[in-house]
Amino acid sequence: MNLYANDLLGSPIGLLLSLLVGTGFGFWLERAGFGSSRKLTAIFYLRDFAVLKVMFAAMVTAALGLQALGALGYVDLASLYVPESILWPQLVGGLVFGLGFVAGGWCPGTAAVGLASGKLDALIFLLGAGIGSLAFAGMQPHLGDFLHAGTCAIGSLPERLGVSGPVGALALLVVALAAFVGATKVERIMSKRNPA
Amino acid sequence: MQKPYWNPYVAGAGLGLTLLVSYVVLGTGLGASGGITRIATSAAHAIAPAAVEHNAYLGGYFADGNPLAYYLVTMFAGTLLGGFLSAFAAGRTGLQIERGPTAAPGLRLVLALLGGALAGIGARFALGCTSGQALSGGAMLQTGSFVFTGACFAAAFALAPLVRQEWR
Repeated sequence: MNLYANDLLGSPIGLLLSLLVGTGFGFWLERAGFGSSRKLTAIFYLRDFAVLKVMFAAMVTAALGLQALGALGYVDLASLYVPESILWPQLVGGLVFGLGFVAGGWCPGTAAVGLASGKLDALIFLLGAGIGSLAFAGMQPHLGDFLHAGTCAIGSLPERLGVSGPVGALALLVVALAAFVGATKVERIMSKRNPA
Repeated sequence: MQKPYWNPYVAGAGLGLTLLVSYVVLGTGLGASGGITRIATSAAHAIAPAAVEHNAYLGGYFADGNPLAYYLVTMFAGTLLGGFLSAFAAGRTGLQIERGPTAAPGLRLVLALLGGALAGIGARFALGCTSGQALSGGAMLQTGSFVFTGACFAAAFALAPLVRQEWR
């Protein structure tokens, strides 16, 4: 059984293991080149699709692993914490977040890696993210029911579509492979048209 | 001399295995914005303790005492550590304001602050950022995670032409 299900995430061992998991997280983000805001934003100018490749590869690896471990009975998927799906705030939040991503050049996790690499803009971005979090806390009481709007989308997509989790993970793999092929083609076209 | 980045599929698989370990051992995925919110709350608390403790959204962080004694805070510290170890080993550390060749550093920092604030607000609306919502929720095939990810990239692509000089 995992730490979350046993209410041990906040225990000393939980905090320590979270630190170790975070270390792996930061390591792989940096190895991918995500300690650079120019590398991260290059996808929005169709120059470098590393963001798409890394994200899809990571998502598919974890999704297939989780579904396999779940199907074999090694992990009880129902015991895991997953963020609740709430359609409207997640749509609006995604739009606002996306504007911040391309204007600021980072997302919260990659900004940590950027800061660790010595990027001052990453430090300022993190400062802004802290201020933004507090600003949200200030407006939250005035948002009323909006933060719970659209719970109709609750749950996993395979559930909504009436297929099993493993089938959903395999479908994600197919989508990812198609995206890899498409992204690589666009990269080739763009580098031919405008070599640099 | 900087070493080249690793192949994106290799780095992605490594990141995915880290996420898998997180789910199996911790019982939850990766996260970054939650740790930042806790750290910001702690800093604000040092300045205005009563206002922070009475806030409906932040007050709960003090129920167990210190808001920093939370797994996402140590995970964030780990992210800094892992990022530094990798960057240092590859010769990629150094103080700089990263920007495009014709971008003004002052404007770059203003946009970094503004962008950070938008990302901070957006992540709280969505119950997570690209780590906790897009990546971790996506790996559990959550509907809302795909909605968040799609909206995030749509908005970023739409704004990209206007901030092109910052990067290219």
